[in-house]
Amino acid sequence: MSQKELLKVENLSVSFTGYERGFRQIDLQVIENLNVTVKKGEMVAVVGASGSGKSLLAHTLLGILPPNSTACGNIYFEGELLNAQKINQLRGKEIAFVPQSVTYLDPLKKVGSQVRKDKKVIESYRKQQELFSFYDLPAKTDNLYPFELSGGMARRVFLSAAMMETPKLIVADEPTPGLHLEAAKNSLKHFREFADKGGGVLLITHDIELALEVSDRIAVFYAGTTVEEAFASDFQSENLLRHPYTKALWRALPQNGFAPTPGVQPYVKDKPQGCVYAPRCSVYSSKCNSKIPMQTIRNGSVLCACAK
Amino acid sequence: MLLEAREISFGYKKGYHILNNISFAAESSERVGIVAPSGFGKTTLCKILAGYSKPSNGQVLLDGEDVYGMKGYHPVQMIWQHPETSVNPRLRLKETIAEGDQIEQRIINALGIEHDWLNRFPGELSGGELQRFCIARALGQRTRFLIADEISTMLDMITQAQIWSFLLEETEKRKLGLIVVTHNTALAEKVCTRIQILTK
Repeated sequence: MSQKELLKVENLSVSFTGYERGFRQIDLQVIENLNVTVKKGEMVAVVGASGSGKSLLAHTLLGILPPNSTACGNIYFEGELLNAQKINQLRGKEIAFVPQSVTYLDPLKKVGSQVRKDKKVIESYRKQQELFSFYDLPAKTDNLYPFELSGGMARRVFLSAAMMETPKLIVADEPTPGLHLEAAKNSLKHFREFADKGGGVLLITHDIELALEVSDRIAVFYAGTTVEEAFASDFQSENLLRHPYTKALWRALPQNGFAPTPGVQPYVKDKPQGCVYAPRCSVYSSKCNSKIPMQTIRNGSVLCACAK
Repeated sequence: MLLEAREISFGYKKGYHILNNISFAAESSERVGIVAPSGFGKTTLCKILAGYSKPSNGQVLLDGEDVYGMKGYHPVQMIWQHPETSVNPRLRLKETIAEGDQIEQRIINALGIEHDWLNRFPGELSGGELQRFCIARALGQRTRFLIADEISTMLDMITQAQIWSFLLEETEKRKLGLIVVTHNTALAEKVCTRIQILTK
């Protein structure tokens, strides 16, 4: 593997152990065969259906999966294979996380000290104040409790917390909902600047429109599998996209017709044998029922038997 | 029907108003988009319009009648930004639905809510599934106005498009007024007949 690759996730699968009807133990494989790569200086957006395993990917990278889950597969960070111990060492230092909701903050502690990570040195205060003013947070935010923040302010607090150390990779889980367009664009601009300086950003989002403006590549997830890795420029036209699901996403954008595709994502237990998108696919054929290999088309990869 | 807020002010803390003399009006035949920066108090305004909070000054009128004097089912229903905090976690969904107005079976089918879900607790559904349930719950027979506060930001584009196409059809058919709070301007332009920008 090349030196330029900052993060490489290969064949990741995550399964949960649960109980059904009393004591019968079952394994639910929610993520299967997930691949994503982030190069240095690159911003990769992960888009996909709700419940397709986007947040779980982030939690795996940070090592904060719940205890009843098991992750298999290879995660490389700067060419080095990671294990649970190494992930714990990197977390918060080289890999920073921007979480999804306000519930990730300690509700009983003032925001300022959470961002400073309880350090009481003058540099921490200075850095924190600098970051707060950089993200347009009023100076008094420092002394507020999480419940006093609006949704948008909380996001900016997360951003400041992530930038307190000097991370190499930022994993951002839905950093933009609840922000008005300008603030959303602004925060993504900060990510872009971070990437341009040689860092890597993994942006998990639903807002394809915004993601396209700043990202280099887009990874599309569906039912726990990477179905396509495309360049942001491919989203200019439906014909440049490869997977039928990506095309359906494209058509569902308000500016491209807002057309809903019928059907829902399959539940983990009733996942089809072959292509995961087969039950909803408009070009479904019998060859979709067997195992499908990842193939490369126009420099992007796609998991579909009939993609052109 | 006309929903009207006249010069309302509201604050959570004494002496600190987040809404100052805001006026807003919507007809039941129109779909209004509300646009304002985050932290402006959009959700607070929605809560006042839906009767959850009472403004410290000003009135909210429904066809000239003060909504705080009305008894029974509130004709202005709200769909919240976070579905998981808008249902009682200790009630099964069928118990939650029984507290409100009669919901037509047609709506439940159109939103793809399976019968089996109603026997579950809110924690046993995904966010998207729960949001669809919350939409169904808000569409009681006596609902005249529907407030959608960022209802689709956590959903993927296809589910969003499914939900909005259903809501547009439903509001058109029943002549419901729709008030949409969103940051997504492309969505607002597609959905709304009028966009109101609020300023301090």
